[in-house]
Amino acid sequence: MDDTTLSDRTAPAPSEPAGRSRREFLRSGLAGGASLMLWLTLPGAARPGWGVEGAEPADPLSPNAFLRVESDGSVSVAIGKSEMGQGVRTSLAMIVADELDADWRMVRVWQPDADARFGDQDTGGSTSVKGSWMALRKTGAAARQMLLAAAATSWGVSPDSCRTEPGVVVHPATGRRAPYGSLVAAARTLAVPSDPPLKRPSEFRLIGKSTPRLDTPDKVTGKALYGIDVRVPGMLVATIVRCPYVGGSLKKYDDSAAKRIRGVRDVFPYEATPDGKASALVVLATSTWPAIAGSRALEVTWEQGDAKSPTRADIDRLFDKAASGGGVAIHDSGDVPKALEAAAHRVEAVYELPYLAHAPMEPLNCVADFRGDSCELWASTQIPTEARQVVAKTLGLPEEKVTVHVTLLGGGFGRRLFADALVEAALVSRRLRAPVQVVWTREDDIRHDYYRPASWQRVIAGLDAGGQIVAWDQVIVGPSISWSMHPNASGVPDKVPGDIRQGLDKPIYNLRTLRQLWVLSDPGLRVGWWRSVGNSQNAFVIESMIDELARAANKDPVAFRRPLLAAEPRKLAVLELAAERAGWGKDLGAGRGRGVAVHDTFGTPTAQVVEVSLSKDGSVRVDRVVCAIDCGTVVNPAIIASQMESGIAFALSAALEGRISLEDGRVAQSNFHDYRVLRMPDMPKVDVHIVPSSEPPGGVGEPGVPPLAPALANAIVAAGGPRVRQLPLRSS
Amino acid sequence: MDLLINGQRRSIDVASDTPLLWVLRDVLTLTGTKFGCGMAQCGACTVHIDGAAVRSCITPVSALGGKHITTIEGLSRDGSHPVQKAWIAEDVPQCGYCQSGQIMSAAALLKSNPHPTDEQIDAAMKGNICRCGTYQRIRAAIHRAAGAA
Repeated sequence: MDDTTLSDRTAPAPSEPAGRSRREFLRSGLAGGASLMLWLTLPGAARPGWGVEGAEPADPLSPNAFLRVESDGSVSVAIGKSEMGQGVRTSLAMIVADELDADWRMVRVWQPDADARFGDQDTGGSTSVKGSWMALRKTGAAARQMLLAAAATSWGVSPDSCRTEPGVVVHPATGRRAPYGSLVAAARTLAVPSDPPLKRPSEFRLIGKSTPRLDTPDKVTGKALYGIDVRVPGMLVATIVRCPYVGGSLKKYDDSAAKRIRGVRDVFPYEATPDGKASALVVLATSTWPAIAGSRALEVTWEQGDAKSPTRADIDRLFDKAASGGGVAIHDSGDVPKALEAAAHRVEAVYELPYLAHAPMEPLNCVADFRGDSCELWASTQIPTEARQVVAKTLGLPEEKVTVHVTLLGGGFGRRLFADALVEAALVSRRLRAPVQVVWTREDDIRHDYYRPASWQRVIAGLDAGGQIVAWDQVIVGPSISWSMHPNASGVPDKVPGDIRQGLDKPIYNLRTLRQLWVLSDPGLRVGWWRSVGNSQNAFVIESMIDELARAANKDPVAFRRPLLAAEPRKLAVLELAAERAGWGKDLGAGRGRGVAVHDTFGTPTAQVVEVSLSKDGSVRVDRVVCAIDCGTVVNPAIIASQMESGIAFALSAALEGRISLEDGRVAQSNFHDYRVLRMPDMPKVDVHIVPSSEPPGGVGEPGVPPLAPALANAIVAAGGPRVRQLPLRSS
Repeated sequence: MDLLINGQRRSIDVASDTPLLWVLRDVLTLTGTKFGCGMAQCGACTVHIDGAAVRSCITPVSALGGKHITTIEGLSRDGSHPVQKAWIAEDVPQCGYCQSGQIMSAAALLKSNPHPTDEQIDAAMKGNICRCGTYQRIRAAIHRAAGAA
């Protein structure tokens, strides 16, 4: 293994203000001297299928690619997207580097602060590669053209007679070669070509190959820096004890025991309103342990709220309310009640999906340093752009006076799409006029999440005598993320929010007699975007019911879907590929079975075949998951495979054991002993198959999630087990 | 009190019930060892005490006088421990936050059982949570490191 793979591949920002802690950016040996710098305008990525209603695309003229070639030949690429394990630093760098025809060993990446010149740095919705594909290619290609032109000029030959090899311009006719570094001084005087020629896919050297991730070496040596690792001089540490009751508040507290702990500096209410009402307490300490110990030593009495989850009877009332005009329609075409009346066979099911926590391994945290007329923050955030705006507004400062440094993220999954930890740190720092790190404990994380919404869904579907679907009547009851953030003035929904309709926009399976309605039901638990968002509930329901219908029609589940997917060839193709690679149709033996599911998540279709073994006591073992994905042009196959493994593990964790419950007005779970997550013994073998494609690349961060739970439920039935309509499988 | 960490004697002055995790992270700025749960459920805080894998989040420093403590930073000087090399060859980490703990647990396993079966790997590693789902690659990397021994 080449030594260069073990070295630090993360460069500091081009200009570092004085006083920065040496731990904040990893060291790099960038030489002084002439640098070729390119700024390229990038179209702001809108957020396809990513749930926030009313989101505007970023200014189309904001650049967010920054490429620097140094006279020593090193290449640094600014990656204005948050790295949370999805490999974005490597994927995006590969795209630029390929068009540049850089020597990959000389490529380093760096993370810009929240900066309008980098466009929309918010990272989510599986949009990073998809959104920057063309702009990154053009940046790299433009730089390559300039270097090539500089060499051609110096040799007195035409640029057409020159080519590039990684890191060097060559003139084949005479054998002359010039490394990129030697050309920088001349190239930087040239005009940036506005429409440089791009490589043909057959010319890609990096794109399409399983290039090792740039951040792996630091992650195996403990050098990788996450938000929680940031230390600034003079920093204090705070934990915040938040009211556990939905809608509750602080009644009284006794901090005497807490203040006796060595290292605890102060205890005070967090952002009390003018009449003294607060719902949280800050424990301020010299370091993390006393802050945590202090929070445990507080004696607090809370004013309880009375939030409670709906009962099954409540839900049934809402199902009926929707059917008699009380719901908002996603689809309502054909005469569904009449068709159901005439159906030869009806299948009715109620599916129940719980609230889920994100539980990234790195608990939330943020370091903030408020200095009167400015604020500097360090955070492992998915939303540097939005958080900077939110913090500036909260503090009443102009945006230019708020700096947000972005570190590596110890997991995001959508939890870090919220700015709460940054706002907390900014406000505590403002009160103290000193730098402070606010650290969340795991209990804080499990209790104060923005949960994946619970969902109750009733489907009544009808088949004719030939086993064709003649009608589908679906009611969805539950909270909505978009609605909770942007309710209308009347408080009564009059349209279906984006998150509720994910995966349902196109009529499912091309059904013509289709009614899908939503009714709001929300006990007040905070909800937010969780990996794949509304697709996570909707795919479970659709792909389970399709399977129930196939069985009612006495048809093979793959064969049943085939004609229904005639208008969706990409979905059909991944279904066929997964089935074929899984050996669909071959007998697995007694007590074992295969289930299938297919779903399009934000434009990327994936299909999964899950193989299970059932033991006599009814326990389920997931042996293997075969996953097929069509994500367009493949940038890095190893990263795509690992994202499928990741999505499958995340979904399986939820399906087996994930459940957040509201009891006595508060979240009942608090840590990994009672919010259980997937561990190694339960990880199945995962085989990933990628459909070859020359379409532009699509997203892969989330598409691994939605098919897993329904394919698992379907596999259990195939193995001779019961139809599971309520998750998680293992209730405590 | 004095602690012996990665071969170096370090003098610290903290309350005796302070967990080793926080001495490492906050007093000694060895942030490679991570905080994930605070109750020995997740394994992110795993270090070696006299060669055995231990959860540092629940180990008070008062218990550690004279013992050899090894953190991820001290596993090798340059990432050359066979487990680290295997992790790189298999490109195991995604977000990477759990990986210090995973590597320390794996290294301790291989020290006591140089050629573990899949079942033995599961049993030894089930205390280390990975929310990114790198388990398949961790298993492959452990087999690779065992094979390279």
